[in-house]
Amino acid sequence: MDIGINGDSAVALAWKQVDPDVCAAYPITPQTIIVERFSDFVADGEVETEFVTAESEHSAMSICIGAASAGARTVTATASAGVTYMWETLGIAAGMRVPITMAVANRALSAPINIHCDHSDVMSARDLGWILIFAENVQEAYDNAIMAMKIAEHPDVRLPVMHNLDGFILSHAIERMSTLETHTVKNFVGEYKSKHSLLDIEHPITHGAMDQQDYYFEHKYQLAEAMQGAIKVIEDVFEEFGSISGRKYDLLEPYRCDDAEYVSIVIGSTAGTIKEAVDQLREEGHKVGSIKVRVYRPFPTEMMSKLLEGKKAAAVLDRHMAIGSTGPMFGDVCATAIDLEKPPELVNYIYGLGGRDVPVSDLKKVYMDMIEGNCKKVNYLGVRI
Amino acid sequence: MRCSEMSKMLTAKEIAPGAMITEPGSAMKFETGDWRSFRPVLDREKYIDCLTCWIFCPDDSIIAKDGKMEGFRLSHCKGCGICARNCPKNAIRMEPEGV
Repeated sequence: MDIGINGDSAVALAWKQVDPDVCAAYPITPQTIIVERFSDFVADGEVETEFVTAESEHSAMSICIGAASAGARTVTATASAGVTYMWETLGIAAGMRVPITMAVANRALSAPINIHCDHSDVMSARDLGWILIFAENVQEAYDNAIMAMKIAEHPDVRLPVMHNLDGFILSHAIERMSTLETHTVKNFVGEYKSKHSLLDIEHPITHGAMDQQDYYFEHKYQLAEAMQGAIKVIEDVFEEFGSISGRKYDLLEPYRCDDAEYVSIVIGSTAGTIKEAVDQLREEGHKVGSIKVRVYRPFPTEMMSKLLEGKKAAAVLDRHMAIGSTGPMFGDVCATAIDLEKPPELVNYIYGLGGRDVPVSDLKKVYMDMIEGNCKKVNYLGVRI
Repeated sequence: MRCSEMSKMLTAKEIAPGAMITEPGSAMKFETGDWRSFRPVLDREKYIDCLTCWIFCPDDSIIAKDGKMEGFRLSHCKGCGICARNCPKNAIRMEPEGV
C-alpha cells in the first residue's frame, strides 16, 4: 500500500510492524516523532513492547544494553547531542556484541546550537563498532529500520546497527512510500532468540566482564572480523528484502557510472539531489555519474575500488568536518583507491553543515570544478569565505 | 602479563565474543596470585586458630579446615595484607616476594 508519511513516522511504523520487545528512549529533535508515534502504539496496545522512558540518552542506551543482554529485541532512536551523550555506552553496546538497532535522525552537533541536518553526529561515532546504514529517502528509512534488525541479530554479526535518516529533510518531510504487510515484516525479521540471555537461569553467564592486557586486544580483533563478515550478511539481507519488497538495495549504488569519467561519492538524501545534477550535466554532454554510499560501516572497500576503476576524477562529499583533517569518507575512499593501478584524482567536498541547503546548482559546480581542474584537495561547498 | 606467556593463551577465535563468560564460577581458574608483591607468612608460635584472617580475607586465600587455620592459598592471594593487619596476635607478617 502506498501512503504519505514522514521519515520518523515511517521508522515508528516499521517498529510497530516488528513489535520489538523493548524500546528505551529519550526525545530529541529531529528524532522525537519516532518515539512519540511509537509510544502512541504502545499506549494504544497495538504492540507489546516494553517502553522505557529514560531520563537521558546515556540511560536510554544503558537500558537498551541491559535489555539486549537479557535477550530482548531492542530498539531506540536519537540524534545530535543524544548520540554524543550516549558516547560511552555506544562503545559498550558494540563491545558487548548486543544487536540493538537505533534510528538516528542526523543533526548537527553544537556549538553553535543548530537543529538541522548534517552527519556530524553519526560520523563522530563511526569508529565505535556500529554498523552504519543511511537512507536516501523516506522509503529507505522505513526499509532500513526493518533490515537493520535482521543484520544486527545475525549470528555471524551480532553488532548494533545505526540506521540513519537526514534530519528534517527525511525525518519531517512527507513523501510517498510503499508499506509492507505486517505479517510479511514479521516473517522477514523472524523471532529473535538470543544465544546467551541473562535471563536463562539454566545457563548462568556474565555479560560485560573486564579484560586486562591479556584479552582486550583479542576481543577488539573479533569486532574487526565481525564487521568484515557483516558485508556478506548485509548483501544477503538486502537480497532477501528485495524478494519480499521488489526493492533491491546494495552496499553502494552507482548512478549512470558505467561510462562516467567524473563521479561523486555521497551519503544520504543528497544522493537523490545529485542524480538531478548528473541528469542535467549528461544532457549538457558531460560524462558524469554518482555513487551512493548506503552502508558506510563496514566500508565496502572492494566494491568501491571496482566502481572507481578507470575514472578520471572522483569527488567525495562529506556532510561532516573531521576538524584538523579531511572529511572522514575522503580518507576511506583514498585508502580504497591505493588498490588501483591508476587511481582517479580524488578531491574532497565538505558540504551542507548545519542544514545548509544543497541545491542542484552547487552539486553541478562540484562536477564542473572536477572537469575544469579547479578543485583543491579539500573544498568547502557553499560556505562564504 | 609477560609476553612469553601470551602464546599459551586463547586466540580471538577461541574466546567468547563480547567478553562474555559462559561458564559460571570460572574465576576459580583465574589465578591472581602472580599479582602479589608481598606474601603472607604465618608464625606458628603465635597463631591461635581464631580465624579472624579467614573472615577478613577478601578472596578465598585462607585455608581453614575443621576450625583450624592451615595456611594460605597462594594461587589466589594478591598479598593485600589485610589478614596481617587484622591478626589479633600479630601472627602473620608480610614478606617481599622474589627477594
